[in-house]
Amino acid sequence: MNSRRSASAATAANTFSPRGSVILYAVAAVIALIGLADAIYLSVQALTGETLVCGGSPDCFRVLGSSYARLGGIPIALFGALAYFTVFSFATFAAFGYNRARNLFSLTVGLMFAVTLWLLAVQALILHAFCRFCLLSAAVTFLLAGLVVARPRPS
Amino acid sequence: MKRYLPFVIVTLVALLSITGGAVLYHAKRLPEPSAPKQVSLREGTEGGHIRGPADAPVTLEEFGDYECPPCGSLAAPLNQLEHDYRPRLRMTFRNFPLNNHPHARDAACAAEAAGLQGRFWEMHDLLYKEQSTWSRAADARVLFSAYAGTLGLDLARFERDRDSDKVKGRIADDEKRASALGVKTTPSIFINDQPIPSAALHPSALRATVDAAIKPAVTP
Repeated sequence: MNSRRSASAATAANTFSPRGSVILYAVAAVIALIGLADAIYLSVQALTGETLVCGGSPDCFRVLGSSYARLGGIPIALFGALAYFTVFSFATFAAFGYNRARNLFSLTVGLMFAVTLWLLAVQALILHAFCRFCLLSAAVTFLLAGLVVARPRPS
Repeated sequence: MKRYLPFVIVTLVALLSITGGAVLYHAKRLPEPSAPKQVSLREGTEGGHIRGPADAPVTLEEFGDYECPPCGSLAAPLNQLEHDYRPRLRMTFRNFPLNNHPHARDAACAAEAAGLQGRFWEMHDLLYKEQSTWSRAADARVLFSAYAGTLGLDLARFERDRDSDKVKGRIADDEKRASALGVKTTPSIFINDQPIPSAALHPSALRATVDAAIKPAVTP
């Protein structure tokens, strides 16, 4: 692993601006942590049946209480938490020079971007209600996607 | 050391996430309403609004908040339950307006004021049906007056009654009873004195519980 890391770091040094990359992936890791916190909160809310009490707005209840909020009986937020943790891990490894982590980071964020678009469409077109915690998660994914687009390219 | 750093960071975040999630889960897990033995659910039932025969073998008592979305989504299934199990089931509704719902108390007053004109259940059903409209309104009281008009109530009396001490007293009585039973949230439901866990507060589980309560009750 160490030799792979060294080789990757060496490749990275040849093709990217190392300082810029480190900053970009460090920022991505911090943003992913925000998404992770949001997804954990939503997961706990779903698992405790918090939507059964009136802590949220009616819109949140409509979204989080809908059938779209679960996949095979599992709260979709739990998958979100896993996805954000994966993105955080890849961003961290990428910041430390692992080239393969950079590709996996981009791939995961791309997938999350697609799922986010679907979930936004469900809220807007089917449920006609927006959950603010879901919107925060969407904003985080968009930011991450923005970082993927803005990341340094091979010269 | 540096080569281990990403592993250490990722592991730490994983541990923190799991611990944080577990702590949050523990903190947010809803306390189930408890029915202390010294408080009989039959005591003070005259304070609540009852639907169904007085001698029904099964009593379902609900503590509800008109602005609470889960209460709203349970309203129609509960009505259906009462209809399906009549005359073996009677339902009692009690007000438990939560402080974090700005219009909940006004809605409870509106229902009680309608009750003084013999139209409590009609207003109860209408408030839940229209919940998404009035809960977003800046001045929900105007809408409640409109609903009273729709139900054919004496509007002047309705508007007088909803601010009256009598109506406020009825809500206070319900809250006193909720407090005695350990009710903390809505909806809270008791079936034959037994608190229903929050996880079972959905139509199919409630139907199964009522079913189970009715069977031994009607067996000679």
